[in-house]
Amino acid sequence: MDEKKTSHETGFSSHARKNPQRIVFITRKTSAKVKGEIPGQVMAYPHLLLREAIAFQVLVIAIVLLALVWDAPLEQLANPLVTPNPAKAPWYFLGLQELLHYFAPLVAGILIPTLVVIALVVIPYFNINVEGEPMWSSNAARHLRLLLAVSAALEIFLGLFRAWTVFVPTAVIDALAIYSYFVPPTASGFGRYVRNRAVSWWVMTWFICVAVVLTVVGTFFRGPGWTWVWPWRGHAG
Amino acid sequence: MATTFHDALSRLRKTRVWKSIFRRGPALTNRTRSLAVFGNLFLHFLPVKVREKSLRVRATYYLGSISFLLFVILSITGVLLMFYYHPAVPQAYRDMKDLRFVVSNGVFLRNLHRLAAQLMVLAVFMHLFHVFYRGGYKPPHEFNWVVGVILLLVTLFLSYTGYLLPWDQLAFWAITVGTNIISAMPVLGKYVRFQLLGGNLVGENALLRFYVLHCVVLPLAAVLFIAVHFWRVQKDGGLTAKGEDGRKED
Repeated sequence: MDEKKTSHETGFSSHARKNPQRIVFITRKTSAKVKGEIPGQVMAYPHLLLREAIAFQVLVIAIVLLALVWDAPLEQLANPLVTPNPAKAPWYFLGLQELLHYFAPLVAGILIPTLVVIALVVIPYFNINVEGEPMWSSNAARHLRLLLAVSAALEIFLGLFRAWTVFVPTAVIDALAIYSYFVPPTASGFGRYVRNRAVSWWVMTWFICVAVVLTVVGTFFRGPGWTWVWPWRGHAG
Repeated sequence: MATTFHDALSRLRKTRVWKSIFRRGPALTNRTRSLAVFGNLFLHFLPVKVREKSLRVRATYYLGSISFLLFVILSITGVLLMFYYHPAVPQAYRDMKDLRFVVSNGVFLRNLHRLAAQLMVLAVFMHLFHVFYRGGYKPPHEFNWVVGVILLLVTLFLSYTGYLLPWDQLAFWAITVGTNIISAMPVLGKYVRFQLLGGNLVGENALLRFYVLHCVVLPLAAVLFIAVHFWRVQKDGGLTAKGEDGRKED
């Protein structure tokens, strides 16, 4: 539209006989094109709205049933002089609290969460994530060396800080990634699935595994003084 | 009975009053069905047409819808809870006791709010991860992904500020632990913590600030970003469908 604007202009003279000017000028490929019906589409009203309404009803029923059998916790009146042991943050921050057990507050409490948020924000702005090529589709040997170097450095670092609850899920994902390199191209099922994953998939899966393990450990396996406890033997906050 | 109710409804839809409210008659043609969406302030965030594929449960697991619906439930139960709550020490805690022993269905109301809050954090996380694995962040959806990350942070802050309000031991120490981390921030740490708590310790000022953040500031921010989020889904061409835009089918 923009570059052809001049060809549509009729000028400012309104005296048609004196200044016979073109009224409209249709050049090739500038006519409004009616987009044909895109197949496989349905009207949002009622198809989408009906489903949303059903989802809402199912959700409300589920929450009401849960609220009838589960009670929101309420402890004693807040007392700044009596510190519970352990004092735990809400469950979604217990992963961070678990990290605080290993690393300095500046690292675990500020640096890591900030980096996670930045990493999440920039995901769509890196072509490697957008293209999503399988990690082993090109330069496989070089990628394997890189993977081994990065994961070894990470594991040594985690080992030095004795951060075992990060070390273990990292090792599991590492093993899976290395395994996926040796899966033959003819494989099917799970082997084929992991073989064709992109770098972004591996990083995100590693992040989720670590986050879940840290949160579960922080919630159920940490007792007084943040020592390890088994939840089935009491103590769990 | 069913037919008569149906008849009554369709007669009602043809009345002047109905048309004056909804700006249209019965939505029987695709034209009036389109009008039903973009002629309505609340529905115009939605697209007029959606891909049949993206309606399937496996395409989304309705995680985005569930997050939003939980937010609606939280807004309603939250307003009801506000009727019984004073952000003061120790009245806040007494109000919790009143909810349990004095207010009709008070426990149920508080359970609903607490439960929906935990589920919303969970639903928002799962929505984020699911969208990632679907490749939903890819162009042209980049910015809506960023809006989604902002909404995740708003959700976490909403949940966290609400955590203090019962003013029991659990609330007090969770917030103390959390805000102590902030002071580890270089240069600004102590200052930010002081501003957030309205003092050096979690006390009456902190309760008031968390209350205002929880009931006014953060819900408004959430509504604003949810509106942008929905609107951008529509403007960016609907949900990402697998196998389209040159992407490979798994």
